[in-house]
Amino acid sequence: MYKTIADIHAIREAKKADLMIRVDENAAPSAEGGRMHVLVCAGTGCVSSSSVKIIEKLTDMVHKNKLEDEVKIVKTGCFGLCAEGPIMMIYPDHVMYTRVEISDVDEIFNTHIIGGQAVKRLLAGDSEKKDAHNALGSLEFFSKQLRIALRNCGGINPECIDEYIAKDGYLALEKALTEMTPAGVIDVVKASEIRGRGGAGFPTGLKWSFAAPQVSDQKYVACNADEGDPGAFMDRSVLEGDPHSIIEAMALAGYAIGANQGYVYVRAEYPIAVQRLGIAIEQAKEYGLLGKNILGTGFDFDLDIRLGAGAFVCGEETALITSVEGRRGEPKPRPPFPAVKGLFGKPTVLNNVETLANIPVILLKGADWFKSMGTEKSRGTKVFAVGGKINNVGLVEIPMGTTLREIIYDIGGGIPGGKAFKAAQTGGPSGGCIPASHLDTPIDYDSLMAIGSMMGSGGLIVMDEENCMVDIAKFFLEFTVDESCGKCPPCRIGTKRMLELLERITQGKASPTAIEDLEELAKSIKASSLCALGQTAPNPVLSTLKYFRDEYVAHIDEKRCPAGVCKDLLEFSILEDKCIGCSACARKCPVNAISGEIKSPYTIDTAACIKCGVCMDTCKFGAIIKK
Amino acid sequence: MAKDCTTCVETQEKQEKLHKVIAEHKGTRGALIPVLHEAQEIYGYLPMEVQLEIANGLDVPLAEVYGVVSFYTRFSINPKGKYLVNVCMGTACYVKGAGLILEKLKEALDLDVDECSEDGKFSLEACRCIGACGLAPVMTINEDVYGRLVPEDVVGIIEKYKNL
Repeated sequence: MYKTIADIHAIREAKKADLMIRVDENAAPSAEGGRMHVLVCAGTGCVSSSSVKIIEKLTDMVHKNKLEDEVKIVKTGCFGLCAEGPIMMIYPDHVMYTRVEISDVDEIFNTHIIGGQAVKRLLAGDSEKKDAHNALGSLEFFSKQLRIALRNCGGINPECIDEYIAKDGYLALEKALTEMTPAGVIDVVKASEIRGRGGAGFPTGLKWSFAAPQVSDQKYVACNADEGDPGAFMDRSVLEGDPHSIIEAMALAGYAIGANQGYVYVRAEYPIAVQRLGIAIEQAKEYGLLGKNILGTGFDFDLDIRLGAGAFVCGEETALITSVEGRRGEPKPRPPFPAVKGLFGKPTVLNNVETLANIPVILLKGADWFKSMGTEKSRGTKVFAVGGKINNVGLVEIPMGTTLREIIYDIGGGIPGGKAFKAAQTGGPSGGCIPASHLDTPIDYDSLMAIGSMMGSGGLIVMDEENCMVDIAKFFLEFTVDESCGKCPPCRIGTKRMLELLERITQGKASPTAIEDLEELAKSIKASSLCALGQTAPNPVLSTLKYFRDEYVAHIDEKRCPAGVCKDLLEFSILEDKCIGCSACARKCPVNAISGEIKSPYTIDTAACIKCGVCMDTCKFGAIIKK
Repeated sequence: MAKDCTTCVETQEKQEKLHKVIAEHKGTRGALIPVLHEAQEIYGYLPMEVQLEIANGLDVPLAEVYGVVSFYTRFSINPKGKYLVNVCMGTACYVKGAGLILEKLKEALDLDVDECSEDGKFSLEACRCIGACGLAPVMTINEDVYGRLVPEDVVGIIEKYKNL
């Protein structure tokens, strides 16, 4: 049912009281809210490790014991600690459980929910430091973070609009529509100096101010949720954990530039995000927070979802626009910029999910508040999806200016297995690898650019000594070759030629001039490609050449892969002193390349060996090595 | 004979669904991609007859429909197996050895990437990123997710589906 401003206020106050026990341990439970809230992460990461079954079982147990009024089981968004999922948080006790399994549910129910005692073995954190009050805040993973874009992820039920409203949701929209002019909204966003979180870092307020004065019968607001960078899941987590913040921000953008239609372009590979966003849009429409005459102010704004179909280039703004129009997602030359001539030829503002997630808070708390965080040229915070060879794989939000070392060692908990850090990759296929010597670089747009990488959308992959940097460069080039749309030759042909060179290097067949050839090609591709995909495609190669040139040289001159990854350059051999002559490897070898006599050391015929590694997996004595 | 008949009914049902989808979207700007998504949902893939039907229904040239279908990796013109084995080849999984998992799967299924087994039981695909980076390396078989894999796990998992 359509809600007036007074209705929304009433909902906010009532729900705030219900949710009070999640904020204040000593708060008196409200009649409706119940005495205990059990929040279980239902983001993609935790769903993949069966959190939905845990929610179902708990709900069922609560129901069977007729505790529905007292104990609320709430599915929520990402807490960020994905490596330790499924995550469960119990309020008002503020107890966090990690790696909860379906078999743990009985114990949690009986001991904690009924008995009021924490289940010690499931508590988050190191085993020696386990105590019931170690959740958010005191865990180092959380204490160095500052969650603004992720403010509601893991705190509310994303499928319940009232919970979002209770967290001052839609208050910024009300404030803008009732107290501010569209130009006033743009002024605040401009003054906050927020830069686009999609990668390029263009000032958001400036973008809006380009679209606002355009005269047109129709303007559009679009949200780029086509998070194509493999290994990055910031935007997905926001959509899964706090979809209403994106709806509110898009309505604000619409008001600011004079648009009354928005599109969210989201990857079809994100089914949970698509579903939650769909639910949120329906709820917002029902409350009249989308549609005609929003909050009785006469402002109209509608929102639709458009599904991507698996093309990385569609993250580029002109390609995304072409795709929303229902065509092949090929980029177009700029100018004209979308702010002048975008979707269906009309002025369009296109913002990234994380950028939008910041907007409602900026309007509520003011530009100065936002500017107080981060560095002079990069204000606010940035969300990173930290993955690869790191202990705390997950989602982190840090103030700009935090160093890589803090992210990797303090928040991320370091490298597993005591291995040595080799490089961190940011910016995905458009970015670069940062070596150990730059671990103390503060993370902001300009510092990362200066060391040959880029902020990108927020993927941060950590690599250790076992990763070959030439192989990683080849991995990214394979990606770009596959994803190049084919419209412009420098990208279509150039990246393919670069990949061929890299393949020859990893096979030990490269000519001595391979490095110069790569550099020359990279230069031309960067200078002459039509869109950012091509212009940045050589970056992974250039940055690894800059910092790990010796690895390239080892592959080319010595035909050797120092990390032991590139198969063609490896040789398997048997250590005589460790081999007991059991013949297990010889029996498993698919090409009969291993021979010998029982109870004496075996040997590998390296000419016949296909380097499949089966022998190494088979040997129980560690007698087979590759180098 | 009876079997043929059920196929007819099924086809007819699918066709009715497709016509409904086309009717719902006709006249909307940018409708082609949403219609293709729904058509693939109905048929499992986008054979030429379905593309033709959509081209006629939405009044766009078949060349444009095929152009869009062939541009986006999510659209397939070939049928998929009953069990779709998908290995995540996102960077986070790759640095943790997803390449080795894929090699093992190729061997265990005797399939290359993007191939479907002759009995229609398995298809093998490599995908960009499913976003379960905390469980890397990851593969999915239809709706089931398998995480923290080592190459030795692969054969056992595949055997389970072979016997289903």
